[in-house]
Amino acid sequence: MPEPVVAVEDLRKEFPVPGAPGLVAVDDVSFELERGESLAVIGESGSGKTTLARMLVGLETPTAGRIEIDGEDRSRPGRRARERLERGRRIQLVFQNPYSSLDRRQPARACIAEMLDLHFGLSPDERDARVRELCEQVGLDERQAGALPRALSGGQRQRVAIARALAVRPQVLVLDEAVASLDVSIQAQILNLLADIRAQEDISYIVVSHDLAVVRQISDKGFVMEHGRVVERGSTVDLLDAPQHPYTQLLRRSVPGPGWTPQRRQRGVHA
Amino acid sequence: MHGAATAGHREDGVTGPAPTPPAALLSIRALRVDLRAEGELRRVIHDVTLDVAEGESVGLVGESGSGKSMTARAVARLLPEGAVTGGEIVFDGEPVLTLRGAALRRFRRGGIATIFQDPAAHINPVRTIGDHLTEGLRLVRGVDAREAERRAAAMLGEVGIAGGERRLRQHPHELSGGMLQRVMIASVLLDEPRLILADEPTTALDVTTQSEVMALLSELSRERRLAMLYITHDLELAAGVCDRTAVMYAGAVMEVQRSAALNDGPLNPYTAALLAARPRVDARSDRLEAIAGRPRSAFEAPEGCVFADRCPHVEDACVAERQELRPLAGGLVRCRRAEELRGRLGHA
Repeated sequence: MPEPVVAVEDLRKEFPVPGAPGLVAVDDVSFELERGESLAVIGESGSGKTTLARMLVGLETPTAGRIEIDGEDRSRPGRRARERLERGRRIQLVFQNPYSSLDRRQPARACIAEMLDLHFGLSPDERDARVRELCEQVGLDERQAGALPRALSGGQRQRVAIARALAVRPQVLVLDEAVASLDVSIQAQILNLLADIRAQEDISYIVVSHDLAVVRQISDKGFVMEHGRVVERGSTVDLLDAPQHPYTQLLRRSVPGPGWTPQRRQRGVHA
Repeated sequence: MHGAATAGHREDGVTGPAPTPPAALLSIRALRVDLRAEGELRRVIHDVTLDVAEGESVGLVGESGSGKSMTARAVARLLPEGAVTGGEIVFDGEPVLTLRGAALRRFRRGGIATIFQDPAAHINPVRTIGDHLTEGLRLVRGVDAREAERRAAAMLGEVGIAGGERRLRQHPHELSGGMLQRVMIASVLLDEPRLILADEPTTALDVTTQSEVMALLSELSRERRLAMLYITHDLELAAGVCDRTAVMYAGAVMEVQRSAALNDGPLNPYTAALLAARPRVDARSDRLEAIAGRPRSAFEAPEGCVFADRCPHVEDACVAERQELRPLAGGLVRCRRAEELRGRLGHA
């Protein structure tokens, strides 16, 4: 059995609350991600899924637990720039809103080039060739590659963000609701693109999403989080076709589809 | 169109569309809206025709830029300053676009109430839930304060919020997004409107909360025989809640059908493409059928059929002429090949 590319053990994140016990955002979460696999982290707001994603890429420090990426201990964010860059070459994050995660004064091409300069000592020619290659891979044309984020549509911006993440040839791509704010027709393009990338590259995905249809489309296995805890895990097919935990069942029932009508859980609920 | 055009200013006289059928509570005929942007007029809606009958719920579905929200704003007379409109909107026998002064105030008070996507942006954060809910009753209807509070608390119970009396004294920040949207629904119902305009009311909510809020909204409006125009980007959500669904693209209604029929028998290639592009929760497809390019707004749509440049069934004649919305199979469709394509558009 080859070793997993990501191994997370009893990961916990507590945020301090003045004058009260800490808020436990992530509560003893463990999982393994094999090479080439796509894992879904399913949850609604407040489930802790985004905090988990941020700890994986080193944007948050875990309160307890262990993160191993590509065989190295990455439980804490790197203290030195070199450590942070090393981690960055292994795991990259694509955010939900590409508009706020891109520099509004930087054209797409420059944004990708900056990433390459930061990580690799390429000659200008090599670098430009790689930028062209990346733009082509994500489907950005010449005009779009030279455009500022505001001149691009939501889908095109997300392509830029994906190209920037792919620039370092990461082993793991964390997609935090990366297609959630896109129009349906554009969402389909990006989901196909992500499938193509996984077929071409030696890359694994961690798909953080509330959208079970998206989860079905691009993950092999996954787990469901509620209030920071994993309530159910399994293959994507099992999770969606035969959910066992009441919360997973509720999530599944709440997804509109042919013949679906909205349901009320009970009369009288709490804030 | 130059000079000081004001919101709701009509560009033309009566354009002579078909007379409104008596059954329709709300009737939109050949609606056209131009907005002023960077000193010029830009078309955001070029042809919306849609009826909502008394007690009927109609979904208005589209991607960004389709003009669905702008249609709702035109109906509620909430278009931005400088908007120029054409066509006709008739509510309960009265033309809406030309309402002014006292008649406009009457219209806003009674007939139509709107629920927006972000309830927090439409409830005054420094005033209590009680203030928000009772204001209309006290100031417009002259209900005394004690009675207004009683009615507001009772209505909170109706929308599934327990402990109404206590809730009335809370402020918006003390409630979750789902709770606030329930408060919004309560405040709309207290207005006793005849039509609810719901503009993406659950888009900002979690899926489980969305399901509950939509169930609540459709249950309560059915009980009260309220009509609803429900604006959303989610075709399946609209189909699950509404009697009929209209699909918009680039400022035009492309298709109107009974919701139950839409999924299996779309009449317009755009509807079919939208259905096929959505990943499904019950089955993975090898490859999603993405629609090439990106959604267009009305002002950048092609000259002929607005979907011509992305349509897999396009022919030369489609590019040459604008299409009209016409009846087919109990619905309405805007596509010159609709008869020919019928039955071939549904997805597996």
